Amino acid sequence: MADFRMPSLGADMTAGELVAWLKQPGDLVRKGEVIAEVETDKAIAEIESMFTGVVERLLIETGAKVPVGTVLAVIRTEGPEEEAPAPTVSPPAPERRRAAGGRAARTPAAGRLRVSPVAQKLADEKGVDLAGITGSGPGGRIMVRDVEEAIARAQAAPVPPAAPADRALRMRQGIAAAMSRSHREIPHFHVESVIDMNRAVAWLTEENKQRPVARRLIYGVLLVKAAALALKKVPDMNAVWSEDHVELRREIHLGVAIALAGGGLVAPAIHNTDTLALDELMARFRDLVQRARAGRLRSSEMSDPTVTVTNLGELGAESVFGLIYPPQVALVGFGRLTERPWSVEGRVEVHKVIHASLAGDHRAVDGYRGSAYLAEVERLLQEPEKL
Amino acid sequence: MTTMTYREAVRSALSEALRRDPRVFVMGEDVGRYGGAFAVSHGLLEEFGPERIRDTPLMESTFVGAGIGAALNGMRPIVEIMTINFSMLAMDQVLNNAATLRYMSGGQLSVPVVVRMATGGGRQMAAQHSHSLEGWYAHIPGISVLVPATVADARGMLLAALEEPDPVFIMEHATLYPMEGEVDEGSGACDIRKAAVRREGQHVSLITYGACLWKALAAAERLAEKGVEAEVIDLRVLRPLDSETILASVRKTRGAVIVEEAWRTGGFAAEVSAQIMENAFDVLDWPVQRVCGVEVPAPYAKHMEDASLPQVEDIVEVVEANLV
Repeated sequence: MADFRMPSLGADMTAGELVAWLKQPGDLVRKGEVIAEVETDKAIAEIESMFTGVVERLLIETGAKVPVGTVLAVIRTEGPEEEAPAPTVSPPAPERRRAAGGRAARTPAAGRLRVSPVAQKLADEKGVDLAGITGSGPGGRIMVRDVEEAIARAQAAPVPPAAPADRALRMRQGIAAAMSRSHREIPHFHVESVIDMNRAVAWLTEENKQRPVARRLIYGVLLVKAAALALKKVPDMNAVWSEDHVELRREIHLGVAIALAGGGLVAPAIHNTDTLALDELMARFRDLVQRARAGRLRSSEMSDPTVTVTNLGELGAESVFGLIYPPQVALVGFGRLTERPWSVEGRVEVHKVIHASLAGDHRAVDGYRGSAYLAEVERLLQEPEKL
Repeated sequence: MTTMTYREAVRSALSEALRRDPRVFVMGEDVGRYGGAFAVSHGLLEEFGPERIRDTPLMESTFVGAGIGAALNGMRPIVEIMTINFSMLAMDQVLNNAATLRYMSGGQLSVPVVVRMATGGGRQMAAQHSHSLEGWYAHIPGISVLVPATVADARGMLLAALEEPDPVFIMEHATLYPMEGEVDEGSGACDIRKAAVRREGQHVSLITYGACLWKALAAAERLAEKGVEAEVIDLRVLRPLDSETILASVRKTRGAVIVEEAWRTGGFAAEVSAQIMENAFDVLDWPVQRVCGVEVPAPYAKHMEDASLPQVEDIVEVVEANLV
């Protein structure tokens, strides 16, 4: 048996609402297959199963909002017990206020949640969600000290106030929480390079001439690919910061920042970005933008990015100095493609250039490595045919 | 203050009452020439004579009944029953006469009798001399049930009992008689309505009475070494029970362990537990626990008797299992 839990789809996510079950008890589900849809503050995400097996029972009804880590369903797996991967973020701070007009949410398996009367009373008074608390008493009973600790934790780490009905506001609050944490906790450094884009643009123009309109590439794809490949050269930036140490990630999943029509943004992952051919990357990117704007992202896309790329060029900004999305340790920013006087072997030419910047988490990486990274991006963009 | 034993403290109260009030007399098995089965009345016969220190036949029902009759007629009898097990023979007198006559006479009759008896185990006296049946008495409306645990209470409670207009039963734990303690011999009757907080603490309430008080205090010492501050409540009076002191303590500590020698099923600890559940459920951080006597007739063999009674380690273990 394996527990299928509410995943964390980002550092700012503490809870999610189960929108729909796409599998029913008895259904076969494969690892990676979408099993449910969950609405977070940011989007509706399709949640993939981490196990292959048969759905034994569903524990959460649609419409219920539960904390990250709550068991949503039990999947009967074959072979030895499968351990669910550890959540990527520390246990969520409990919600501080209950939803209007009700008791603090409890897991539906309330019969299994053991809570002392005084702990229950305190949780009710303070609107603490007991399902997010691990009991320290005999048999895992939640005791008053556990609730007191949860309250202290919640007070120490600001959490977004009660989720309002307004989606845009909720997204804003989600971003606010993540970015506040980023600004508070991450000692950022920024380095910037101006990259000659003449060859890349020329190559792209030729390439697109041979392609039907539907399959044409945009230069942003070259940037994303170059940003991904450069991480192979500077792998220490493809990592996450965990409490007091850096954890390197072997696979490169670039998150691409996508602005949403209603305001706000998401930065879902394009998995194994470095391995994708430009056509595939283009297709994935299109699909991602479409689904992001429809609010149909998948859980792994929300949780997996190792480095985020943001491209604000189309709006005219020349340079971007971004905030890192925790727990990532780097963010790559691209500005507008512009034409500049450019010195070539002592002559001044007009070249297409782009400002590339890197925001680094100075706890994890140093400016020297950031600089090396941008140099590698630049080098890669001088050989666009190899991307 | 004077240092004396629990036994001497009871004798001191008896002497004082006999000297002060001519209506007072002592009656029971071997209280006179033998000086009492626990030597409590030693020397009283010589001082006060056989009219006031009366040896009785081995007939508990008869001499308790005689005490009730004397009380009805204006005397202040102090009846001694050798052990609480033997007092079962007098239960008809206790329940059907002592406890009911005021009510059945519409308040015309008063039964100011005081009945003392030894209770409890721990002395290898086996299954007919060692039980703790205070809870049986505490079940009965119309009487008071006192369980003095300290030397001062042994004296003060007896003097207070003599001032009551209704029957008072005093259960003296037999292991306490040789225990020494400080007493102010100038002090008279003490309060017999309130429980006492014998040790203050904030993490758990150990609620007990009689000889178990000392085990609870020893357990509190041990727990303090582990950082658990136990509050120890000496009930002192089982009827009428001072619920307020119990509840105030539990509201502070959020946890309660009730300790008594009596058998668990239907014991007095069950009543205390029920009152806590009824009145303080919301403050509890863990289930009310009982440390009680094992449900067997009191064994004779030392190791088995020890195993059948609540011990300090049992109290410590129960607290640790729930709190640490």
